[in-house]
Amino acid sequence: MVKRETLLEMFYLMVKVRRVEERLLDIFAQGRIPGFIHVGIGQEAVAAGVCSQLEPNDYIFTTHRGHGQAIAKGIDLKRFMAEIYGRRDGYCKGKSGSMHIACKEMGVVGSNGIVGGGIPISLGTAFASVWKGEKRVTVCFFGDGAANEGTFHESLNLASLWNLPVIFCCENNGWAQFTPQKVYMKLENISARAGSYGMVGVTVDGDDVLKVYEEAKRAIERARKGQGPTLLECKTHRWFGHFAGDAQKYRPAKDIEEARGFDPIVKFQRFLIESKYINPEYIKTVEAKIKSEIDEAVSFAESSPVAGEEELFNDVYV
Amino acid sequence: MKEIRYIRAITEALSEEMARDEDVFVIGEDVGGPGGAFSATKDLLEKFGEKRVKDTPISESAIVGLAIGAATQGLRPVAEIMFMDFLTVCMDQIVNQMAKMRYMFGGIYKLPVVIRAPCGGGLNAGPQHSQCLEAWFAHIPGLKVVMPATPYDVKGLLKTSIRDDNPVLFIENKALYAFKGEIPEEEYLIPIGKADVKRKGRDVTVVATSRMVHQSLEAAKSLSNEGIEVEVIDLRTINPLDKETIFQSVEKTSRLVIAHEAVKAFGIGAEIAAMVCEEMIDCLDAPILRVGAPFVPVPFNLENFYLPNTEGVVQAVKKVMAY
Repeated sequence: MVKRETLLEMFYLMVKVRRVEERLLDIFAQGRIPGFIHVGIGQEAVAAGVCSQLEPNDYIFTTHRGHGQAIAKGIDLKRFMAEIYGRRDGYCKGKSGSMHIACKEMGVVGSNGIVGGGIPISLGTAFASVWKGEKRVTVCFFGDGAANEGTFHESLNLASLWNLPVIFCCENNGWAQFTPQKVYMKLENISARAGSYGMVGVTVDGDDVLKVYEEAKRAIERARKGQGPTLLECKTHRWFGHFAGDAQKYRPAKDIEEARGFDPIVKFQRFLIESKYINPEYIKTVEAKIKSEIDEAVSFAESSPVAGEEELFNDVYV
Repeated sequence: MKEIRYIRAITEALSEEMARDEDVFVIGEDVGGPGGAFSATKDLLEKFGEKRVKDTPISESAIVGLAIGAATQGLRPVAEIMFMDFLTVCMDQIVNQMAKMRYMFGGIYKLPVVIRAPCGGGLNAGPQHSQCLEAWFAHIPGLKVVMPATPYDVKGLLKTSIRDDNPVLFIENKALYAFKGEIPEEEYLIPIGKADVKRKGRDVTVVATSRMVHQSLEAAKSLSNEGIEVEVIDLRTINPLDKETIFQSVEKTSRLVIAHEAVKAFGIGAEIAAMVCEEMIDCLDAPILRVGAPFVPVPFNLENFYLPNTEGVVQAVKKVMAY
């Protein structure tokens, strides 16, 4: 049985991730953020179900669609927002933006703009944890598209061979950029590939945070006990385009509509209310708290300056 | 002083650094029991054990990626990639990940990773096992590129590379692995980014790298008999480039030849020539000439026609002298 406080924490994280990304879409549409962003609205249960049970010093690797995981891992929303704005007070001084956020203190080792690019690096933090005799686990998030990269194969084989404490969390939203899974892969379940590496593989309903939580718990426990890695596939749905502003002309309207029907927050909220963990009043309080956190973060970001030209040459080398 | 082969200078550097710093480990294909394809890691497994000498599958991206991740946590990996040509299969990890992580994450990580990889022809290893690709990597901000020619420089520079907190690509030359040279008995280090004047001369500066250092020294010897005194500069490090040593020499000689084994077109010779033209064209008494390989893949059994050699350097020097 999941503890009440954990349930509430997951609910808070899911709503927070959703509202942050909604705000980001809004701000982006107004032209207030440079570059481009990728949102994972509709996929919040994966980040919340996994990250809510990680220790602050556990490691995560995320992707171009990685806001949710970083927020759920506990990074500071103000510095996160400032980074997306490309400002000096952002986590990476405005040099990374939405796609490359990293926060050492909270174990967000790095987000990655290269599909599958973070998977091999996640072996390294897991390796270091074993080397130092620590119990820290690594969760490497990636999408279904990344499962067809060579790095996936190389990394899962090596992680299994060396029994590394890493959870390969495939957030399968059914779309690799503009292409649906059935067009690029014969398999229905990516977790089926785990067997070929001698690894445990599980597919779970990624829109059901309780199921994600349960399977992630097993995977994390296995990793902490030195029982090796897991390929955890969370099947979820992408509501929006590949990037903010993508009109999804390649996708039938019906498919988008159906995706929205799997709303993980609606589903979880219903459960929490029916089980009397929360009431509508509680939801209002949570929403208000989150709104004020986001307002504060946006205003912090907007008041932070862009770094000066002198920053250009910093940090290329030690 | 003692005499040692180039390959054993690598082994000594690795062994000494592993003994000195417990965070150093080696990782790569066959680096353990077999001691590496060229025996660079010979006996390290017995000395330091399985924890620190990691044999891997044939998975270059996983090797480099693991090294990067481990380095973010304070370990100091030395990855062996069996042939420089194989760096192409892990380019993303090297170029998009390792070289950029410190910068794009705002300086939160140090990445003390060394990747060792042998370059070069001369062994009839064919087009996919003989390339010199140093210019590619020198073009990437965030990487240091070291390319030594002698056992002395190999040992001193590898030890420094392992102690450097930045990613270093350490390019060896497999045709030189058996080459013997003298090194001190006691410990020594050589700074990265410092070229070495291997022979002094007043007439022409030859800037050379790796195997071409030896060809250039031979050329200088024979040209000396004809009264032409060549100054041979061994770059030792491609990036950061030691401009000062090159400029000082060219100031003296006013003539410059650059010799590298890589394909001449778009190579580091072009960079050095451009740099000298940009900053000291008034010093030059002749066009800058480059000696490098022709613009073809390295041919298996036509290497004699392909590889830049002593005669090529001699001809280039004579040409700039005659200008």
